[in-house]
Amino acid sequence: MASAAPHDVIVIGGGHNGLVCAALLARRGRSVLVLEAESAVGGAAATREFAPGFRVSACAHLVHLMPARLIEELSLERHGLEWAAQGLPTSALMPDAPPLPIESQSLGADRGAYEDYAAQMQRFARALGPVLEQVPPRLGTHEWSDIAGLMRLGWRIRRLGRSDMRELLRIGGMNVHDLLEEHFASSALKGALAFDAVLGTNFGPRSPGTVLTLLYRLAAQCSAGPRGLAQPRGGVGALSAALARAAAAAGAVIRTRAPVSEVIVEGDHAAGVVLESGERIAARCVVSNADPKTTFLRLLGPRHLDTGFVRRVTHLRARGLAAKLHLALDRAPAFAGAAARLLGGRLLVAPSLEYLERAFNHAKYGEYSSAPAFEVTVPSLNDPALAPSGQHVLSAVVQYVPYELKGGWEGKRERLTARCIDALERLSPGLGASVIGSELLTPADIEREFHISGGHWHHADLAFDQFFMVRPVPGATQHRTPLPGLYLCGAGCHPGGGVMGTAGRNAALEILKSTAA
Amino acid sequence: MSDPAGRGERLDALIVGAGHNGLVAACYLARAGLRVQVLERNPFIGGAAVSRRLYQDFTYSNCSYVCSLLRPEIMRALELPRFGLQIIPYEGGCTFMQGGGHLALYDNHDALRREIARHSARDAEAYDRYARDVMRQCKFIKPLLMREPPDPTSFKPRDLTELLYLGQRFHRLGEERMYDTLRFWTMSAADFLDEYFESEIVKAHFAGSSIIGTALGPRSPGTAYVLLHHYMGDIDDTVGAWGFARGGMGAISQALGRSLEASGGTIRTDAPVAQLKVRGGRTTGVVLEGGEEIDAPVVLSNLDVKRTFLKIVEAKELPADFLERVRQFKIRGSSGKLNIALDGLPRFPAIPAGSPCTRGDMHVTDTLEMMERAYDDWKEGRWSRAPYIDMLIPSQIDPTMTPHGKHYMSVFVQYCPYQLAEGEWNAERRRGFGATVIETIANHSPNFKDLILHAEVRTPWDIENEVGLTEGNIFQGELTMDQLLFNRPVPGYAQYRAPVRGLYLCGSSTHPGGGVMGAPGANAARAVLRDLKRLH
Amino acid sequence: MSSSAPLPHFQQPLLKTPFHERARSLSQVERFVAWSGYTTVDVFTTVEQEYFAIRNASTLYDLTPMVKYRIGGPQALEYLNRLVTRDLRKLKPGRVAYCVWCNDAGHLLDDGTIFSLGEGEYRLCTAERQIDWLLDSAIGFEVEVSEITAQIAALALQGPTSCAVLKAAGLAGIEQLKPFEIGHFELSRRPLMVSRTGFTGDLGYELWMPPEAALENWDALMEAGRTRGLRAIGSQALNMARIEAGFLMPHVDFVSAEQTIRTGRDRSPLELGLGWLVDFTKGHFNGRRALLAEHLRGARRQLVGLDVEGNKPAHNALLYTDAKGRREIGFVTSATWSPTCKRNIALALLDAPHFSTGTTVWADIYLNRELKWERRMAAARVVDRPFFAPERRRATPPADF
Repeated sequence: MASAAPHDVIVIGGGHNGLVCAALLARRGRSVLVLEAESAVGGAAATREFAPGFRVSACAHLVHLMPARLIEELSLERHGLEWAAQGLPTSALMPDAPPLPIESQSLGADRGAYEDYAAQMQRFARALGPVLEQVPPRLGTHEWSDIAGLMRLGWRIRRLGRSDMRELLRIGGMNVHDLLEEHFASSALKGALAFDAVLGTNFGPRSPGTVLTLLYRLAAQCSAGPRGLAQPRGGVGALSAALARAAAAAGAVIRTRAPVSEVIVEGDHAAGVVLESGERIAARCVVSNADPKTTFLRLLGPRHLDTGFVRRVTHLRARGLAAKLHLALDRAPAFAGAAARLLGGRLLVAPSLEYLERAFNHAKYGEYSSAPAFEVTVPSLNDPALAPSGQHVLSAVVQYVPYELKGGWEGKRERLTARCIDALERLSPGLGASVIGSELLTPADIEREFHISGGHWHHADLAFDQFFMVRPVPGATQHRTPLPGLYLCGAGCHPGGGVMGTAGRNAALEILKSTAA
Repeated sequence: MSDPAGRGERLDALIVGAGHNGLVAACYLARAGLRVQVLERNPFIGGAAVSRRLYQDFTYSNCSYVCSLLRPEIMRALELPRFGLQIIPYEGGCTFMQGGGHLALYDNHDALRREIARHSARDAEAYDRYARDVMRQCKFIKPLLMREPPDPTSFKPRDLTELLYLGQRFHRLGEERMYDTLRFWTMSAADFLDEYFESEIVKAHFAGSSIIGTALGPRSPGTAYVLLHHYMGDIDDTVGAWGFARGGMGAISQALGRSLEASGGTIRTDAPVAQLKVRGGRTTGVVLEGGEEIDAPVVLSNLDVKRTFLKIVEAKELPADFLERVRQFKIRGSSGKLNIALDGLPRFPAIPAGSPCTRGDMHVTDTLEMMERAYDDWKEGRWSRAPYIDMLIPSQIDPTMTPHGKHYMSVFVQYCPYQLAEGEWNAERRRGFGATVIETIANHSPNFKDLILHAEVRTPWDIENEVGLTEGNIFQGELTMDQLLFNRPVPGYAQYRAPVRGLYLCGSSTHPGGGVMGAPGANAARAVLRDLKRLH
Repeated sequence: MSSSAPLPHFQQPLLKTPFHERARSLSQVERFVAWSGYTTVDVFTTVEQEYFAIRNASTLYDLTPMVKYRIGGPQALEYLNRLVTRDLRKLKPGRVAYCVWCNDAGHLLDDGTIFSLGEGEYRLCTAERQIDWLLDSAIGFEVEVSEITAQIAALALQGPTSCAVLKAAGLAGIEQLKPFEIGHFELSRRPLMVSRTGFTGDLGYELWMPPEAALENWDALMEAGRTRGLRAIGSQALNMARIEAGFLMPHVDFVSAEQTIRTGRDRSPLELGLGWLVDFTKGHFNGRRALLAEHLRGARRQLVGLDVEGNKPAHNALLYTDAKGRREIGFVTSATWSPTCKRNIALALLDAPHFSTGTTVWADIYLNRELKWERRMAAARVVDRPFFAPERRRATPPADF
């Protein structure tokens, strides 16, 4: 037993959700200790130097899902968060054609259809936005809060009106391929819109459930507010740093280089943690920002859990399919016909639905595609400090890259990097020659670097059967776990990952609710 | 004014199309005392449930080929056994492995356990958990098959009552099983099977049911439901059992036809319907292709939703948004069929002597990856180069189908697109498709090719042209989440009633969907009778 | 053992136990039943003769189909203690414990016996195969779980003269073996493991041997028992004895929660009257949290013993509060006429609050009297179990015969 008076709460992992949770708990007077394994907080929301003088956001490179209210509530801007750019545009890159901005005035024949589509999706997103911010109700209980939660959900959908409600119930289970085919003619537009549905998922555009993942993203963006796609100055790591300062200012203690090896259980209640160093730290409750598999199978251990629950956790699908490519460039990349405004934004390489689907095909069999899809940003255009003067950083999410490559990753990383550079070279002739440094983080690397089992940035696949009331697994919803006093606050919880912070916020509220004196 | 019955009587209802659902609906209406007539385009009845002799004295089940889903309450209510229907269960099933081994399925639980244990001792026991969970889902869904899906946007008492019924049934499952049910309905078959089995061959064998007739692969979310769709039938109270109709699948249609005639209904073959007559938003009958008009205040269409509303109903009679939804209804063809007359029983060296497993469904896809790759081919607009095959030799069980000593083989093929990327289907491409399938089988049976006397190759295009199923889709519309229950076929019109008064849909485009089940026909008939206040 | 090669599983799904040849030659009425993948004898001669041998002399019963698992490894104890509801830290090497295990909801999966064979070495004997659950339970433990059913032939030797039979067979010191103790002896010049356990509630032993020793041991025991009334028995007679002893039978008195299809058919050990096997103080085990909640809430139903008036066994009877059958409160799971107690006994599930000892309920019994079915409402009193528990089952050393 540790000798010191126990903390009210220990937060395992200083990822952005852990920090949000810690900050909110500390502000409500709880004594909070955040334990981070690495030398800096942030988890996957970090900025890393991948080549001398070149810094980049390690995973997500844009912030567009974090609710504006949360940013204000935590006064992050007062704690040093600055935006290098906001309201960034998205455009589709195509070989042999100038980039197509995904904005209605650029869409030609599809313009009318796009406006109708965007307006309807926006209505759905607004209806579903609050669902993302709400802790999902449990089924089959007689608790008023659960029943009210279900009724609120029902009411929100009813309130859309008959025609929209019917449409939502129809498309909710559909695949994004069919939905977009119903609306649009341009392959570039369809490819770009579909990309947002499959980004970070284990799906291709033809996989049913991709309209759900698209609505999820739109709903989150909707709650995020008018900032749109934004780039923190100094990379996403700067957001984490601001969160850490906010937490510290509220009184939370943050310890880095303090990897947790075990959750202490006493009298069937979480009672603290053991560090890898062997140090034991007592706490009245423990919140894990780690992914569910790590939390339950490694930190807590099956011996404190029931077999059926462990079975569910082992079946949780949590293999990432997105890699991150970082290129150090000796000059600014050029994309033919691209206005400067577009270059600083989000550039999508997904020229058609078929292209995306084919890229996905390979991943199903543990292969990577010869023609991957990319979400490219050149953050140094908006934030020159990220690279030596005159030089640039290209940051790209590469989809689809399997966690487990047939035959293993040994020696294949370089081959995939070359292939990615070739693919980008076709869109930006000369880019290959300007590369002076590179780094590719496959899901396996992300797992190792950021301690996320499976290297999945959502901690667990976003799919119907791992969504909302059943996320991450039945028995561990509502941020609670089978072990009293142990909570989850990471992306494995509803509403999932991306740099959103909602899971951390909701976890804090649940903990306050259940530990209220 | 026509007098089709020839007795100077007016018809109460017309049924367009003598598929099994059309016939079921007609039977129920006739038994309720309505004067009904079924109009069939082909010179034979049955739609896709037919037995035909295309080669000598061989009876082919040309399209649908096995039976399980036909609701027992329909069989009983329409007295189909009395009218000659006999269904005999399979005696096994198997999947051949690429390397020469096999996995068989046997009825006897101990034999099955020991068989699966050859591949994985753990899977042999996990099978019980798998069967239990599938059975739990069957128990939940079965009562819903014969009910009208409620409209969740409606405030009508009937819809609210029905929604409440569904909610209560769901609630009664208890918390844990509610989550299991939510997950099951939305999962992919591959993910679902991964939660039970470790052996590829076992997963591949069971995954077969999840893709038959769909435009999805085993890794597509929603396919676990399709798997269930193929399990929720039963033969003589053995849930999930499949069987042969004695005399081929046409025997079902024939029995329905006889049942209909026994209760006073009539059937006209060679009577293609050209158009629905509508006056003041209400149907008054149909016009045949020859121009003949037949009047009836009620018309039930057994045609799929696209044929019904895009071919025989004039667009001006329909709301624009409804038509839009009909056009969007997904009804992509993904399956082909070979019917093969054999000079004798093919040898399958992988199967040990004495095993009854060839007296059931035989497959050649031994991994999920192979199955998924077959789907990838379909997405690219080509037939699967290594297709999933569901092949049976019904003449082993039902000797009436072929001359003595000869055999009939039914080969269902997944995937085969309606439209090829390389161009329209033609004789050469059809031959190519047939050859791919025959080679695939011949890989597992050395004497197979020598035994072939005749082979009929049917692509989705052929199925559409003969049977009238749009794109040759065997379910009259894909069984995806967005096209089930209150979304089938069109949100707001899932209760068998069309926007034109007096017009009803009774085919598989409606809830609960395809397979030779008869439930859409029975449910549609009940909707008609309720509207006519003949049902209490 | 038979010399001809066995037929493949698709032609002969049931296996034969190593004792099959002897059993077949003694079987007079050709009544066999399937049990866990083996064919075993249901009745050899008549149920009555076999039953009375259990209570009067001694009996040999082929236990081989009992599913056996080896559970070994450095964390075997931790593994088992998380699996079952009892505290196995208290189980010393060389002893056996009757255990039950549950799923997360605290519903019974199965019951069985756990043999502590040494440090990190256990054997689990149970009625049903369940490697799926046992392996999933092994996630996170350094333990090996493997089925060894076919590697061990087993016989139950039960009845008042059973100790004497073993002594006569040359098992020196067998009389010192205490209930639930394991002893190692020699029979037919081969080692033989004996546990003083059984399913009859009487004095008795279970003998565990390699299959190749099976026939020789059978013969040796039969020879030793010739003058002590030893006879082979089938499952029917054993079933009567186990009801008298108040033991539960899977698929009869409960269905494993891993197998139920319908909601509400699962049973907790508390409901089945096995609360004494549940140790809430030992730390976490499967189903603990749910069982604790149930324990605090109080049982909704309970398995009890019934003493039914008259002499017609209340097979499958529904139970009511009143003779008119107006309010249904439960049902009988097992029933038999007990020839030893001369009572008409049954095991039944009763809803709260009707399960307390002394309560009178009414059983709806259907009787087939020369093909005419008649219905009797019989009063039944809730009584304590077991119905029959002779002192000799515990006596060490047991009386000699």
